[in-house]
Amino acid sequence: MTDALLKVEDLKVAYGGIHAVKGINLEVKQGELVALIGANGAGKSTTLKTLVGMVKPTAGSITFNGENTARLAPYHYVDRGLVLVPEGRGVFPRLTVEENLQMGAHTRNDKGAIASDMARVYDLFPRLKERRLQLAGTLSGGEQQMVAIGRAIMSRPKLLLLDEPSMGLAPIIVQKIFEIIRMIAAEGVTMLLVEQNAKLALETADRGYVMESGKITLADDAKVLLANEAIQKAYLGE
Amino acid sequence: MVDIFIQQLLNGLIVGSIYALIALGYTMVYGIMQLINFAHGEIVMIGAMVTITCINVLLDAGVQLPGPLLLLAGLAMAIPVSMLLGFTIERVAYRPLRRAPRLAPLITAIGVSIVLQQAAMLIWGRNYRPFPSILPTEVHDFFGAAITDLQIAIIILAFVLMGGLFFLIEKTRLGRAMRATSQNPDVAGLMGVNINTVISMTFVIGSALGAVAGVMVAANYDQAHAYMGFMIGLKAFTAAVLGGIGNLWGAVIGGILLGIIESLGAGYLGDLTGGFLGSHYKDIFAFVVLIAVLIFRPSGLMGERVAERA
Repeated sequence: MTDALLKVEDLKVAYGGIHAVKGINLEVKQGELVALIGANGAGKSTTLKTLVGMVKPTAGSITFNGENTARLAPYHYVDRGLVLVPEGRGVFPRLTVEENLQMGAHTRNDKGAIASDMARVYDLFPRLKERRLQLAGTLSGGEQQMVAIGRAIMSRPKLLLLDEPSMGLAPIIVQKIFEIIRMIAAEGVTMLLVEQNAKLALETADRGYVMESGKITLADDAKVLLANEAIQKAYLGE
Repeated sequence: MVDIFIQQLLNGLIVGSIYALIALGYTMVYGIMQLINFAHGEIVMIGAMVTITCINVLLDAGVQLPGPLLLLAGLAMAIPVSMLLGFTIERVAYRPLRRAPRLAPLITAIGVSIVLQQAAMLIWGRNYRPFPSILPTEVHDFFGAAITDLQIAIIILAFVLMGGLFFLIEKTRLGRAMRATSQNPDVAGLMGVNINTVISMTFVIGSALGAVAGVMVAANYDQAHAYMGFMIGLKAFTAAVLGGIGNLWGAVIGGILLGIIESLGAGYLGDLTGGFLGSHYKDIFAFVVLIAVLIFRPSGLMGERVAERA
């Protein structure tokens, strides 16, 4: 259990008088794809937001790449390789697709590498290449999710955090997005995936955590969780 | 009749390009933090006052320079002063209220405006300060209308500055970060944008444009006053609303349009009312426009219509 890229210990988060996260432990190792599943309001999104400084923890520690990252200003995370694809995608609606992607590389100065990363994103998402000069707000939900993921790739993440990438998308688009997620994972990008679509998430992930009202109730290999009867009942609708 | 028309159109363009420069300051700040910075008019006034003082100091010291160079020296002093002032106002007055209800910073803005007016009155007195007579007064003929070198310079400089601003906003990394921040500050933060820096830069750039506009007003009307920021600020705000507040092109179009409406209106007001109202009622046009926009098209001429979500 050594060398976790991300190690979260006894993390507690409260805001507006609500204890959203009540002391969780989790870790993500280099190269892993870890899923965090659970019902609506279980505290999954809050956990991700806390990891990138959008919400401050009330207690506990977050260690990323050997550094305590619990209380940095929000704009310091991307340089350390902690990149979030936010819930609801968060594209900049009145920036073009290409400008959105450039925003992902905002803090980078290596022009040549930025250009080759951009080409790589366009290879992954040919749709976006066709629409590179279109305003992102005019794209469909699936295309916006592609922009959000592409933008995150432009940041060269060490750990990519995905918050509900399937939310609000048609099943066929969801399949496509998860195909891309697997491709990115295959390239060696470490990921922590938050999903309500537990089946899809566990089929994609190496390991999984189950979160219930602010606590982690189960942690195991994704395959084991998929086979777990209690989980099948609660989250897989079987 | 035709001569007057061209003259009024020209006057409108001159005053309108000044309104546009000031309106850009309002609209940039609004675009990024949904705040009407009512102290912006005072920044314009301070720019004018500092320039006049600077030129007078140079003249008193017996400096022998051509008028335009003296003016440039004044500007070179006024721009940094206004930039520093804009930066400080945001830091001291608005930043602590960033998460407060929107009414709080709005009232603070009015407070800052009053403080600056009073401070200017303490420094420069309560009387009109004449603009030093250092510029050529020779008048050129432009299709039957009169225009001075200064007025030609105002129009050219205003458009050069607007072009520079558009380049900055549309083509540079800072500009892209500013646009991203105005659309979604939280996500811009995730991309590594320091929101505080972007907001500070917005105030600094807007204040620099405001200072130049202030000097243009003072030089064009040969005077400045501690209260001048109020009326010019309100009109530029009207121009920003007319164009669609938050929209840069809107500020430019709104400014020029308002200048021309006001100028033509003032020129023909006497004829229209049979001499009942004279051209000194020109100020009513700005506010008639403001009321009309707020009633009929509150989002302004260029108000945002792009879908935020698919």
